Amino acid sequence: MTWAAVLATAAGCYLLKLAGLLVPERWLEDERVARVLALLPVALLAALAAVQTLAVGERLHVDARLAGVTVAVVALLLRAPFIVVVAAAAATAAVLRLLTS
Amino acid sequence: MSTDSGTGWEEVRGRLVRTGLSIAVASGAYGLSVGALGTAAGLSVVQTCAMSVLVFTGGSQFALIGVLGGGGSAVSGTASAVLLGSRNMVYGVRMAPLLRLRGLRRLVGAQLVIDETTAMALAGETAGGGLGTRAARFGFWTTGLLLFVLWNAATLVGAVAGNAVGDPRTYGLDAAAPAAFLALLASRLDRRPAWATALVAALVAVAVVPLVPAGIPVLVAALVPVVAVLVRRARPPRAAS
Repeated sequence: MTWAAVLATAAGCYLLKLAGLLVPERWLEDERVARVLALLPVALLAALAAVQTLAVGERLHVDARLAGVTVAVVALLLRAPFIVVVAAAAATAAVLRLLTS
Repeated sequence: MSTDSGTGWEEVRGRLVRTGLSIAVASGAYGLSVGALGTAAGLSVVQTCAMSVLVFTGGSQFALIGVLGGGGSAVSGTASAVLLGSRNMVYGVRMAPLLRLRGLRRLVGAQLVIDETTAMALAGETAGGGLGTRAARFGFWTTGLLLFVLWNAATLVGAVAGNAVGDPRTYGLDAAAPAAFLALLASRLDRRPAWATALVAALVAVAVVPLVPAGIPVLVAALVPVVAVLVRRARPPRAAS
């Protein structure tokens, strides 16, 4: 049963990934579709960042991640390089957990 | 912006490799958790590793393990895992015109259509000097292949070593991932519509977290630009932006 679940999940997830790539290009040439696609990355990245900062499964939970991401925002405002932004966030969360555990 | 595409490309490529590598390391480390949790939930080492190779989308894998480990049925585990993977379809639609994959490359590339590779393809797209498409493809493949290797290696280590390897959260890696997405977002916040879309999408995603299955909030947030374009359409036309 476990194999069936693993293989069915793999098939379902793969077909979803492939389906997106198979959308005919002319569907995407419509002017309104083009404007949606132009704004889509901003919406997806903002949603991913927000959800991964504040959610645990299906509930909201504030923890050391929020402090880490806040430090990342400060680093971004200071125009720090990407790797510094990410490392600062991780270090902040790690140290905070160390101090509060 | 450089008009010398030779020098410009070297610089863009270097930046994409560094960014892609740090994302792949931060996310790949979660393969340790998938491996450890997979075997703890009753999957064999082979099943756990096969899952990471064949499913290769972290959220869905955690969902499947969570349901099976909690005594749920294979059907409900599969259903929630596949539902969680539905956002990858939206990613594919957005990346299709950038990547323009055909034949075997499309079949292989499809497996790599996930959060991290989408973020990196979109980061590459913003490269100046006419390098956008090339950079998007390079960002997609580099990050995808790096992460695929790291994710599967980490799964194997986690599955064999179990809980001995520790929790990635100890190292703050759960804060690294959203920080990386935020950094990639920052470079796109150049105009008011982008700021407004980002803020509303983040608020909507967080607001629906308690209401829908995990993974779906990002999909709901993808509707924000759809609504924004329809609303703007309904209003009297303004100067082109």
